Amino acid sequence: MTVVHDNLEKTEAKMRAKDVSVYYGAKKAIDDVSIDIPTEYVTAFIGPSGCGKSTFLRTLNRMNDTIPSARVEGSIELDGDDIYSSGMDVVQLRARVGMVFQKPNPFPKSIYENIAYGPKIHGLAEGKDELDAVVERSLRRAGLWDEVKDRLQDSGTALSGGQQQRLCIARAIAVDPEVILMDEPCSALDPIATAKIEELIDELNGRYAIVIVTHSMQQAARVSQRTAFFHLGKMIEYGRTTDIFTTPLEQRTQDYITGRYG
Amino acid sequence: MSPLILLLLAIGLGLVGWLAGRARAWSFRKSGPTRLASLPNYHGWYVALWIAIPVLIFVAVWSAIAPELVMQHVLAQPAAADLPAFGFQRQTILNEARAVATGDAMGVFNAEARGLVEPFREAIGRYDIVGIVVALVIAFAAGAFSFLRLRPDFRARNRVEKSVMAILLVASLVAILTTLGILASLVFETVRFFGMVSPLDFLFGTFWSPDPMSNAANPDGSRYGAIPLFWGTIFIGAIIAMVVAIPLGLMSAIYLTQYAPGRLRTWVKPALEILAGVPTVVYGYFAALTVAPFIRDLALAAGMSNPSSESALAAGLVMGVMIIPFVSSMADDSIAAVPAAMRDGSLAMGATHSETIRRVLVPAALPGIVAGVMLAISRAIGETMIVVMAASTAANLTANPLEAMTTVTVQIVAMLTGEGSFDHPATLSAFALGFVLFMVTLALNFIALRVVKRFREAYE
Repeated sequence: MTVVHDNLEKTEAKMRAKDVSVYYGAKKAIDDVSIDIPTEYVTAFIGPSGCGKSTFLRTLNRMNDTIPSARVEGSIELDGDDIYSSGMDVVQLRARVGMVFQKPNPFPKSIYENIAYGPKIHGLAEGKDELDAVVERSLRRAGLWDEVKDRLQDSGTALSGGQQQRLCIARAIAVDPEVILMDEPCSALDPIATAKIEELIDELNGRYAIVIVTHSMQQAARVSQRTAFFHLGKMIEYGRTTDIFTTPLEQRTQDYITGRYG
Repeated sequence: MSPLILLLLAIGLGLVGWLAGRARAWSFRKSGPTRLASLPNYHGWYVALWIAIPVLIFVAVWSAIAPELVMQHVLAQPAAADLPAFGFQRQTILNEARAVATGDAMGVFNAEARGLVEPFREAIGRYDIVGIVVALVIAFAAGAFSFLRLRPDFRARNRVEKSVMAILLVASLVAILTTLGILASLVFETVRFFGMVSPLDFLFGTFWSPDPMSNAANPDGSRYGAIPLFWGTIFIGAIIAMVVAIPLGLMSAIYLTQYAPGRLRTWVKPALEILAGVPTVVYGYFAALTVAPFIRDLALAAGMSNPSSESALAAGLVMGVMIIPFVSSMADDSIAAVPAAMRDGSLAMGATHSETIRRVLVPAALPGIVAGVMLAISRAIGETMIVVMAASTAANLTANPLEAMTTVTVQIVAMLTGEGSFDHPATLSAFALGFVLFMVTLALNFIALRVVKRFREAYE
């Protein structure tokens, strides 16, 4: 029932969700969603509040496991392996599928320790020099290095909101993930900090498969090449971002992007 | 007897004032189209408070001075002329006569008192009447004053609310003033003690053996060295007890906040808090009758020739168990206060649950945990009953937990219940010890509150 545009380029799916439904207790929060996530493009999930886009995002790295009443049906594959199968180690999965949250949530540790956290627990760096290199590389990729290189030992919570969010992105990059999920990463930031994050998403595009949930249609239009529109737990329409915003095929999509509701 | 009557009188008159004020306010409303500035109830309360508070103040003052007035009256009687001049005997006779007069005693023991019963009875009766009359006059005057101030536009509500606030303020001041009073009395006796024994001998001496039978005028300062007591207190309360309480409390807090299913948590948490409600004397029994002999047997089995049955270890272990709820509930609160975003952030990095707890949650909650530990220490070193029952009274400067040791609180009890007279330095030393203990626990509480406050700000 999802309308999928038929003019999409053929891409290889990094992640593939098939007939996914999510329940919170008896309540169905996501209804039968199927979507392929490519590495080549940034995918945006848009839709009104409570439409399930964040819930669906959180099923992609099994963060919904932390909610006891949540239950997932259907299959989600990462490079062809079902992430909900018993053979999948959730710790490995989350190292491969990183996540950035709505509110910047740096640990109350130093900037250096925030970045080194992931590589340390996953044993990715051997010795101090290698760890230093990982920290520098991650901060550079997140465009934060020049701002913090002289105060790596300061607390991560002392940075500004935008810097904190870039720190969180650097933290996610540090474990060398394949997919980065971003759950409204700019909703707590001012326009200038938002512009920097969007620039960063552009730079990271292609290296990682990126999925971004956003409230702002302008943001989706700016940073993504693929857009999925969610409404009441269903994925209504999926296509190229330009097509979704200029020539949507579904009435509900049309209504939402023209501001009739949402 | 008479203060109680005056108290009931004040309440009764207040009720009358309430009804009268309210009725008057209602009549304003009936007689004219004007809107009352305050509801009739507030007019009632305004009058009631104006009556009750002055009367209660009078009752308080009167119950303090009335017995003295009665005494003056009796001593002026001719029957009092042949009382013995010696204070103690004279007081006994007067007290006896008063007790018979008020009906507290059936008859007199000293013959001299018999003649005084009647004057006492007469004086008490007379001053009772005086008190009631004065109370009535005050109530009437205050009631009339406030009643006549009532007008339709009178803001009774504002005044009532102000006086309620004042009453609340007084209630909160009672606790603070009591603390200051305790401190003042401690300081006074401590200064007296330090007038007899040098503070240097007391704070830095290593031999504690006050002799309450020695010459009070010329105490031997070298017997008042409190270091062994401070050491015993710290060793039992801050070291042994904490070695038990910190890991157990912390681990149970982690289990309860992170792993326990909701239903188990609703049972275990209150059960743990019951530990905090067990009377300390019961812990004392447990320490003295169960744990201490067990440890003694262990020490015997381990080859110690003559182990003490009052070991520091027994008291410290039981005290540690007693303190567990303090540590665990503070740790529980501060771990639960770490934002869920922090936990999610760590889990999303692929950290396991236990890595998240170890490397993110506990470090983030550390200030709260530290504060809980400090409150627990201040509680442990001030704890008396367990150590009185399970620790020894012999001062002993050693690091062997199997030996007998004593604590500051044990010595305070021993000195105050000893045979020395009240102004002997051995007795007064209890106040100096209490003062030191008070200052240390005060400092610990103060630091703990500061730490908690800083940590609260960290996430806001």
